[in-house]
Amino acid sequence: MNRDIMGLWVYLSASPLLWLTLTLLAYQAAISIHHRTNNHPLANPVLIAVAILVLLLTATGTSYQTYFSGAQFVHFLLGPATVALAIPLYTQFKRVKAMLLPVIVGLVAGSLTAILSAIAVARWFGASLPTQLSLAPKSVTTPIAMGIAERIGGIPSLTAVVVVITGVLGAVGARYVFRMIKIHDPAIEGFAIGLASHGIGTARAFQLNEQSGAFAALAMGLNGALTALLLPSIASWLKTLA
Amino acid sequence: MLSAITQLLIFQLVGEVLARSLDLPIPGPVIGMVLLLISCQLREGPGKALKSTSQTILQNLSLLFVPAGTGIMVHLQRVADEWLALLLSLLISTVATLVVTALVMRACQKLQRRPQ
Repeated sequence: MNRDIMGLWVYLSASPLLWLTLTLLAYQAAISIHHRTNNHPLANPVLIAVAILVLLLTATGTSYQTYFSGAQFVHFLLGPATVALAIPLYTQFKRVKAMLLPVIVGLVAGSLTAILSAIAVARWFGASLPTQLSLAPKSVTTPIAMGIAERIGGIPSLTAVVVVITGVLGAVGARYVFRMIKIHDPAIEGFAIGLASHGIGTARAFQLNEQSGAFAALAMGLNGALTALLLPSIASWLKTLA
Repeated sequence: MLSAITQLLIFQLVGEVLARSLDLPIPGPVIGMVLLLISCQLREGPGKALKSTSQTILQNLSLLFVPAGTGIMVHLQRVADEWLALLLSLLISTVATLVVTALVMRACQKLQRRPQ
């Protein structure tokens, strides 16, 4: 009996099915906790789901590689999801066109702030160069950020982690930041959240309202493109300093 | 739903091919997004299926970040060594980005409204 269970575990724990299923279960548990706290930003679904999974993997002695063989099917959907952001953009196109100047200027200012402040603070506190370079694309959505990190000499898997932490920080903190600087325009709120914290921020913005969500999606796409353009030259400049 | 997913994949694929073959620094999915936006403009709307499928995907956008986030367990050592620099960098930079973006946009909006 005991041996049967062990055999079953050995089979299941190495198959993609188990970890894919557990990823979806952990996320749904996280969502229900999130709802039960009245969608409180601190009870962020990504944060809770990751905590559950890390505990589970550590407790069962499962490697991340084994886990990812199942979870990759979810991870893959980041690409099509990025493409799908065109739909809310299309719906809000009129408002976006009316705000073209603030959007363009806000994008350049925000994108540079995101890159340079992350590098500067990390340098100041003595982080190594690979860590600095992994942090630089932190405001960009995961697949884009990992691609950039790879190109500029960062550590792609570390970038994936800091991207998610950044997303959670932005989604959790945005409300308090906007209250402090007295921003109430849903378009501006959405754009700033999407620029600073990509898809996780965008998910949060869609919770606020459709317009915030669309502007967050816009910012996420634009910032992904602009960071991909800017960062290689900033990175080579940084390497001459080191 | 199947046709909608196929459309999304085709746009991503075309974006990916363009990015690689023209050696563009912009990632494939972002090019795919721009192309889909253009095609929506030309077709005057994304169509019902694409609209509802996209909505479903975007409603669960957070889920897609869970596998990457779980990768933190691989980097626990580096995080333990450099946690202060990492945390402060992320925290300060995220708040700074939110503040700068929002304030710059509001200033631009005010500047734009003044002449009228």
